[in-house]
Amino acid sequence: MRFANTSQAIYFFAIGLASWLVPVPPTLVQPAVAQSPNDIHQVLQSVQPKMVKIFGAGGLNRLEAYQTGCLISGDGLILTSWSYVLDSDDVAVMLSDGRRLVAELVGFHPQLEIALLKIDVAEQPFFDLDAAGSANSGTRVLVFSNLYGIATGNEAVSVQRGVVAAKTKLAARRGAMETAYQGPVWILDAITSNPGSAGGAVTDRHGQLIGLVGKELRSSQSNVWLNYAIPVSELGPAIDEVLTGSARSRPATLVTPDEPMSLELLGIVLVPNVLARTPPFIDQIAPDSPAARAGFRPDDLIIEVAGALTPSRNEVTRRLENVDRDSAVTITVQRGQQFIKQTLRVN
Amino acid sequence: MMGIRQCGSAAFAGAAFMIASGVFQGVASGQLAGDLLAARQAEARRIAVIEQASRASCSVFAASGQGGGSGVVISADGLALTNYHVVKPCGMYMHCSMPDGQLYDAVLVGLDPTGDVALIKLLGRDDFPTATLGDSDQVRVGDNCFAVGNPFLLATNFEPTVTWGIVSGVHRYQYPAGTLLEYADCLQTDAAINPGNSGGPLFNDRGELIGINGRASFEKRGRVNVGVGYAISINQIKLFLDHLSSGRIVDHATLGATVGTDHQGRVIVDNILQTSDAYRRGLRYGDEMVSFGGRSIRTVNQFKNVLGIYPKGWRLPLEYRRDGKTTQIEVRLAGVHSAQQLIELVEGRQGDSMPGPRRPPQPDSSKSEKSTIPAAAKKLIEKKSGFANYYFNRIRVSEIWERYAAQGVAGNADQKWRVEARLADQTPVTIVLSQTGSGMQWGEQAAVLDLDLDLSEQVIPLESGGLLPALHLWQRLVTLGPARFGDVYYLGGLPWNGVAGNAHVLTGTFNVVQMQFMFDPVDSQMIGLEMWTDPHRDPCVIHFDNYRSFAGTMFPSVIRVQNGDQFQWELFVDDVTLAQDDP
Repeated sequence: MRFANTSQAIYFFAIGLASWLVPVPPTLVQPAVAQSPNDIHQVLQSVQPKMVKIFGAGGLNRLEAYQTGCLISGDGLILTSWSYVLDSDDVAVMLSDGRRLVAELVGFHPQLEIALLKIDVAEQPFFDLDAAGSANSGTRVLVFSNLYGIATGNEAVSVQRGVVAAKTKLAARRGAMETAYQGPVWILDAITSNPGSAGGAVTDRHGQLIGLVGKELRSSQSNVWLNYAIPVSELGPAIDEVLTGSARSRPATLVTPDEPMSLELLGIVLVPNVLARTPPFIDQIAPDSPAARAGFRPDDLIIEVAGALTPSRNEVTRRLENVDRDSAVTITVQRGQQFIKQTLRVN
Repeated sequence: MMGIRQCGSAAFAGAAFMIASGVFQGVASGQLAGDLLAARQAEARRIAVIEQASRASCSVFAASGQGGGSGVVISADGLALTNYHVVKPCGMYMHCSMPDGQLYDAVLVGLDPTGDVALIKLLGRDDFPTATLGDSDQVRVGDNCFAVGNPFLLATNFEPTVTWGIVSGVHRYQYPAGTLLEYADCLQTDAAINPGNSGGPLFNDRGELIGINGRASFEKRGRVNVGVGYAISINQIKLFLDHLSSGRIVDHATLGATVGTDHQGRVIVDNILQTSDAYRRGLRYGDEMVSFGGRSIRTVNQFKNVLGIYPKGWRLPLEYRRDGKTTQIEVRLAGVHSAQQLIELVEGRQGDSMPGPRRPPQPDSSKSEKSTIPAAAKKLIEKKSGFANYYFNRIRVSEIWERYAAQGVAGNADQKWRVEARLADQTPVTIVLSQTGSGMQWGEQAAVLDLDLDLSEQVIPLESGGLLPALHLWQRLVTLGPARFGDVYYLGGLPWNGVAGNAHVLTGTFNVVQMQFMFDPVDSQMIGLEMWTDPHRDPCVIHFDNYRSFAGTMFPSVIRVQNGDQFQWELFVDDVTLAQDDP
């Protein structure tokens, strides 16, 4: 939990009988911020340096090659959406002062569809997730994003104003939204879901981060685009997972066995390797192969191999090279909104 | 199910709030009452501001009944701003409704197709409610703002729609479609801007006009608002207002050079025309742009934002850096289009890349229109190629000329002027001007114009860029008047050294020579002129200063002459004699 204490979290989300019993310190009723909420210009000034513009893959077929990100540490950790924009070896991050830096992908969280990038900076203003704000239905919010890529260079990202209309779970709209993430979201009354806005910041009127603008989502039933944000309470643990997970998966001393596992042995053909970071979608499954027996199908996306996240096709191959062909290997695939984890073994 | 659960948790949170705040209830309720009062006062203020500002808004309808948009009245005699793309299908006559429930006839005045602005004139009153022009450079991101207009052409009862939001971005740049409809240095708002809002006002929360709404980002979302609307800044429009009042189709500006960003993120000249004024002033390929129009330049967009808000012919300071050395110059901006290109773009097929409401193609409504245009409007419509409505140009020329003539200046046909003057170094200069033959003597040199030859071939004295032909044509305008000079029209307003505000400019072409005559904005005295014998060379620039009475007429006692960066003369007039010309 990224809250100062448990009672704070419970108070804000009001999800449990405990809050009847826990005395709530008065400071929590009035946000402990000195700023007047009316001084919007001051708030915007404090938030803008924490926003970054991200440029990567895309640019064709209405797939915009840009999105937004939020700095969450002074040394350049950036929270953003996990999307095709990051499917590139050349992801550039532009700071609010116009500096353009190369970003390294630290890791991503497939269920929340968030990713962490790292740039080489020091003492940059950032959103302190430990001091993040919170919201409820009716909370007025500000939304910062580079929607439509309007801002270039040192131009400030766009700011919109809205109200949290509801807190709900994306799963409540089962089938209507094609999304891996099914957890709690803030639904916003402002039109914040636009090309390039993913990874933007939703803050309260004091500029405290309360959520991340999610990827564009359109209802397959009504064609309506959903304007939502992933609450910061969900992001905190996921970020920790990405950070520790990626630490674990860093190839410090990976041994390459004499006879390694391969995609061919498992009966998997991936889509052609066309990008620097081609997403590892399964193209074909050989009949009667280990993959076929595991129930994998074409169009499944390989998320994890042997406990390590696999953002690209190359990463899948590399991970398999570290597995002996006589051992079992666990592979997680994403199929639509489902995650399927199977253990495969070559006879 | 979701709704119920939502209610449950909201009630729960409410209960928690009451428990928590119970201890401080006394304080809280006092504060609550105060907050409530403040909120109600703020709301009342907002309602009053919206009510007041909305009165100046109007809805624009094509007389044929097809298409329309919004507008805003800015002068009591009915001048109103709207978008070029709104009036394009309307032609020169349209209907405008206002919140007072009246439908007014309106005629087109001026067009700025590149900036997507049109000036129209509502008829029938001299006391229209008007919007107060604000200062869009003072607008900050986060400011409250509201749009008034006719989205989806809903205003069938003439009541406009008001949408409220914040300013999401300032100094935005949105690319043109081809060379038209460029939104430079514009405002971005999350107030809902929908098809039909085009041309309508964007006000700040004091009810001052800060922009004209005209464009939105839609892309894959279909043609409805997605939280991103753009307004042309009112400060850009202020720079164009005199031009728009001229009844012309006005052009935007180009530097004659383009810029790009190099690998270090510097803005660098990556292409420059040798025929451009910027090149003549010393700007070269590879120079780093430091500032332009008084703004520092760090991105290409910032450069485009400056360039995009000025009319053709404007002069701007430009600072560039080369080998570590910074140089400041003043550059004259050329037009984006040739006159012919602009006419073709405006009179040509209806653009299919309009950012505003898409309308069905127009049947030839001009014929049916003619019969239905009321006489009062018909009087104010004069078609002429290159003009949005020539009527207004004709009126402006005669207004300026009447006021100039009232200054007691010379002005009879068949006059011969003899001007005795000296330069700062006491060199005597004698100039004789008459439409049957002009000549001058300076120091040891003398020359006369051969009126059978092109004046552009007779650059006398050579270094001056043509002082003698320039004064000859000055005398022609002054003695014959604009109607007999040749092709003279009102250009608009341009900055002129030594004048607060902009000089009114009459432009005329005679014998392949292009003239611009500058008139004081206050008393219409002629304060200078510029003459081009070649559009790609520096003009001969003449300032008329310190008018005083010579031989019973007002005449400039100091005439300053300039050509490029090299030539400068100051003529002190000692005597002027006017005589009847005997050819």
